[in-house]
Formats: sequence, structure tokens, C-alpha cells
Amino acid sequence: MKKGKDLFTEIRGKKPREPISNTNLLMTITICTFIGMYMIAMFVWGGGFLNPQQFLDLFNNNAFLVIIACGLTMIMISGGIDISGGGITALVTMACVVYLEDHGGTVAGSILMALGIGLFFGLLHGILVAYLEIQPFIVTLAGMFFARGMVTIVSIAPRTASHEAFLSLKQMRITIPGLGYYGKTGVFIPAQIELGVVIALIVVIAVAVILKWTRFGRNLYAVGGNSHSALTLGINVKRTKFFAYLMAGILSGIAGYVYLLHTGAGDAANATQAEMQAIASNIIGGTLLTGGVGNAIGTLFGMLSLKTITNIVIASGLTKPYYQSITTGLMLCFFILLQSVILAVREKGAVGLLPEWLKPGKKDKKKNRI
Amino acid sequence: MGSLIKKFTRSQLAIPLFALFLLVIFNLIRDPSFFSIDIATNNDGNAVLSGNLISILNGASAIAILSIGMTLITSSCKGQDISVAAMAAIAGSVFVSVLRSNEITIPVLLLAFLFGCVVAVLFSLFNGILVAVFKIQPMIATLILFSAGRSIAYWINGGATPTISSPLITAIGGFIPGIPIPTPIIIMVVFLILISLLLRFTNLGLYTQVVGINEGTAHLNGISPVWIKLIAFIISGVCVATAGCITVCRIGLINHETLLLDAEMDVILSVAIGGNALSGGKFNLYGSVIGAYIIQALTVTLYAMKVPSAAVKAYKAIVIIVIVVFSSPVAKDFVVRMYKKLFKKQAEKEVQAKAA
Repeated sequence: MKKGKDLFTEIRGKKPREPISNTNLLMTITICTFIGMYMIAMFVWGGGFLNPQQFLDLFNNNAFLVIIACGLTMIMISGGIDISGGGITALVTMACVVYLEDHGGTVAGSILMALGIGLFFGLLHGILVAYLEIQPFIVTLAGMFFARGMVTIVSIAPRTASHEAFLSLKQMRITIPGLGYYGKTGVFIPAQIELGVVIALIVVIAVAVILKWTRFGRNLYAVGGNSHSALTLGINVKRTKFFAYLMAGILSGIAGYVYLLHTGAGDAANATQAEMQAIASNIIGGTLLTGGVGNAIGTLFGMLSLKTITNIVIASGLTKPYYQSITTGLMLCFFILLQSVILAVREKGAVGLLPEWLKPGKKDKKKNRI
Repeated sequence: MGSLIKKFTRSQLAIPLFALFLLVIFNLIRDPSFFSIDIATNNDGNAVLSGNLISILNGASAIAILSIGMTLITSSCKGQDISVAAMAAIAGSVFVSVLRSNEITIPVLLLAFLFGCVVAVLFSLFNGILVAVFKIQPMIATLILFSAGRSIAYWINGGATPTISSPLITAIGGFIPGIPIPTPIIIMVVFLILISLLLRFTNLGLYTQVVGINEGTAHLNGISPVWIKLIAFIISGVCVATAGCITVCRIGLINHETLLLDAEMDVILSVAIGGNALSGGKFNLYGSVIGAYIIQALTVTLYAMKVPSAAVKAYKAIVIIVIVVFSSPVAKDFVVRMYKKLFKKQAEKEVQAKAA
């Protein structure tokens, strides 16, 4: 094994081949799984899966989730957790609808309001977690409680937006040229995406660029990997964490507005359990809760895989909702175990030693010596 | 006396007890009769205690029991189990389905509870194996059952919300004839005493803390971290089954969607408010239990103030943030520094004298 590797590097030249990083490996697995799963679904169930609109509906329905999950990716890479995304989303939808309907607000004003709410929560979480060193789980849990409670204080009854300028924005669709399907009457219907999808894709690309090519992004990986050594390297750990929470808060605000653009209604039950779905998307996308590993592109594909498996379950005739959550659980289980195995094998440095990692005692001993 | 006060203020229980004290004072000022306890007669003709204090103690018993298991998991695994409420729904469903297929007598009741316990412990062990053997972050590992647990309960119930009614069930969920104290409180106290005895007379408590503080050291000292973590999950499974069965008995039916809804968040909060570090290590069981009572007292207070039930969460969040900020290490350091500045100029002078 080792000899072969040496030979390979000799042929390649003096520069040894860099092994693929954990982040990229886990992301590649997710993307391959998603593509494979969708291909199989296309061949086995055909029908809806061959319809490009159904593929794009994955984005249309879950654009807000992608945005929340991207904010969460940054926090998880820095080694923290945020479970307030769903609550902030619900609060933004309700606040914006009430503002548009009862207070004669403008669209620009409502957008500013969404950003403001997100900024408020981001600031609060950032200060409490980074500068007061309170456990992020408790802080964001309180944030979630606060947001969910505030929704009902703003309005107990669900509200629907009927503001004209907002509705025209809501009904804006972007047609994708060349893609489409033939309806029952044989008329070609072009595939469409909503405005929110464009925002979500911009957010994914922006977060990916920030993580890859800016100092802040690299600091996040350093802080999440080992905050102590990051500190000794001269990275401002507190400020890095603070900005991660701040950005996640703002992104949750944007997600709330995207949710409003999709449904057009404010409701206390909006985005229920979105935070847990966002965490699941991140895990499937290869972001580790321990920090230091992850990518926004992986998160996007994690969300797609999560929703595709739900579609597959429905397509195969198991329409009861409990089958969907059981499959989601199984899929999470599969990915979590896969990641655990891959990381354990990589830590050992050789694939041939697979049975060894099952002996936790031996592994611990090795760790202790280090 | 002075040293006793010093010892108390340094103890982990100081802030949670102080918060509870403030809540009590606040309520007494707002409504002096808030904590009055009346003897009322319930529908079965028994003399029972009633009042806000009793409803606080009674309402918090399920959360308090769950927080005992959560404390052990938090301490040894450096993470939290977010699937406890979903597992309680599963245990409750098993409990009800055994009871419904038999005539309800005391042996059947015990058998049903045993079945619930076994199922809950098995599910908890599934989490435990993922955490201890596969070394997955507890929150991630329990996310699996968090998302699938209530669906499994739905499957056990066959999609319905079956009801159970029997004098025995009301005795467990409500009052035993002749005893004026609600039974859940008694069960909670007995459970707490049993677990404290277990921790007092075995090394389990110490070993759990050792594993939480430094796994490597524990291993070198001959303590198996894997087993300690698994034991924490087993105890948590028993706690989950007990809490689930009490809640089922109290309302007389199993609703997989709403049974102990959002309880996992309340449980984790009560562990944190009790002054236990969520990053593992040292723990104080009584702190967690007091935390559960603080949360319930807060809820009852807010209800008494005519706050709509959906909005309670917002006020709860504010109080939680205040408590957590005051117990944060940075705030504690700040207070200590202020204290030294104000009262201990002497010490500074001595230091200056030494430096000179």
C-alpha cells in the first residue's frame, strides 16, 4: 500500500499529492449521493421526477431553509449551534405582514424590518455567546422562545398579506429557458423559479466565497478546529464568533422574508422545526457539529437530499406523514454513521485497518499518548 | 456563620436558589395569597391540597425526573439528549397499549411500566451506542430519534389517541385516596432519593464526572468511558419511561404529537439554570431539579398574571437570559472584581507594599 503511494508521488513529480480534505470528501459524498438518489428515482418512479418543475419546486419550497442552513453552516464551522432560525423566520413573516397591512408600510420598509429583526437577534446571540461566554445552545434556545413568543404577541391570529406592491413581488417568477414540461392538454409549460430561489442561491454562493476566500472564513475554520491554537496564532476568537452569529441572525431575517415571499402569510406555526431540518441539512452536507469542517455547497445538497428522500417516500406510496419522518431519521442515521466511519478510518491513516476502529479502547490509548 | 455564607455563595446552587427566592418574593408582593394552600375536595370525595404551590410542584415533576437523566448524560457525554420527549411518547404508547390489552390491575400496571421502561432503555441505548462507541456528538446522534420518535409512537398507537381510564390510573396521575399530596410529587421525590442513594453509595457519580472532565484520564485510571456513558443513557431511559407514564396517567390518554411537547428544551434549560455546565464535567443533581421548579414557577406566575399561553415563551426567554447572564463566568469574574475593588482595598495595599 505505502510503496504504491510512493511510486505514485514519484511519477507526479517532487510535489507530493495533497490528500483530499475532510470538508471536500464529505461534500463529495453528499453530492454523489444526491445525484445517485435522484437518478434512481428518475428510473424507478419516473413520472414526477422526470418533470423539471418538480426538481425546481425543491428549491421553491425550501429556499428559506437553505438560507437558514447557510447561516448555521458558518456557526457550526466555528464550533457553535443556532436553533433560533425557525423562530426568527416566523417572527419576520408575522411582523412584516402586520406592518404591510395595518401600518401602511412599503415593501422597502418591510425588507428593512426583516433585516432589522435578524440583526437584532444576531447581535444579541453574538454578544451573549462570544463576549459573555454563555453556552450557544441555551442562548439560541432562549432566542427561539423569545421569537416564537413575540409572534403571538404581535398577532395571535394568522394574517395574510394583500399589499399590492408586495403581491406583485411575490408573484414574480423567473422562467428558465429551454426547461419545461408538457401539460395534460399538450401545451408546453416552461419551468419557473421564484424570486426567493435567486436570493437563496446568491446567499449560498456568498457564504461559500466568504468561507473559502476571505480572512473571516478561514478564521472560522481555525476557531472551530481548535479555538485555543487559533488564539495563540493571533486570531481574535471572540470577534470571529460574534460575526458568525451576527451573520446567521441577518440570514435568518432574510430567510423570513423569503418565506413570506413564498407563502404570503404570517402565522405562529410558520417554519416549525425549521431549525432541526437546517441542522439535519448541515449534517448530511458534511458539516460537523464539532467544528472546523463544512461547506455551504454541501449544505445546499444536504437539504436537496433530505427533501428528495421525502419525495421518494411519497412517490413509493407511503403517504402517511410518519413514514417521512422515520425515513428522515434513518437517512440521518446512515449519514452520521458513514461520517463517523470515514473520519475514524482517516484518523488511522489507512483503509485496510477497518475492523480496528471498532475497538474503542485501543483508539483511546492512542489518543492519550498524543 | 460568615464562612457558611461564603460557602453558600460559592456553591453551584447559589444562583438557582436565589432566582427561585426572587420569584417567590415577586409573587408574594404581587399577590400575598399566591402561595396559600387550601384543602379542597376533589370529584372522588377525597380531601386534597390545592393551590399554586402544589400546582408548581406537581406540574414540574415530569420535567424534574427527565432533568435527572439529562444531568448524567450532560456530565459524562458533554452534550445533551434532545430526544427525551419523543422517547417519552414512545414509552407512553407502549404503556398504554399494554394496559389497553388487559384489565387494569396493579400487576398489569407494573408490567406495563416495565415494558415501557425496557423499550425506553433500548431506544436510549441506541443513542448511547452512537454517542459512546461511535463517538458522535450527542445532539446529532439524538437528532435521529428526535425526528423519528413521535412517528414511532404514532405507529405503535396505530394513528389514534387511545384513552385509558381506571381508578388506578387517576391514583397515579392525580391523588391516591387518603393522601392529600398529588402522586407525581411523591413519585418524583422517591425517584430523586433513589438516584441520590445510587450516586451516594456507589462511585457512579464520581466516575461520571471523571469521564466528563477528562476521558483519557478516566481511561488510564481503569474507568471505561464507554460503560459510564452507557449507564448514563440507561438511567436516562428509566427517567424517560417514568416521566412518560406519569404524564399519560395524568391526562388519561396518549397523544403522540403533544405529549411533553418541547419538554426536551425545558429539560436542558433546567440543567443549565441549575448551574451545570452544558460542556460536561461536574454536576449537581439538585441544581437541575431546582432548575425544573424555577421554570415551572415562572410559567405558573406568568399564567397567574394573565399572560396568554402562547406568549409565555417570550417572557420565559427574557428571564432565562437574565439568569444565564448572571451565572456566566464573565459576569461572575466581573462581580468578584467589583467586590474586591469596593471592599478589599486592604489586599491591594498589601500587594503594593510587597511590590515596593
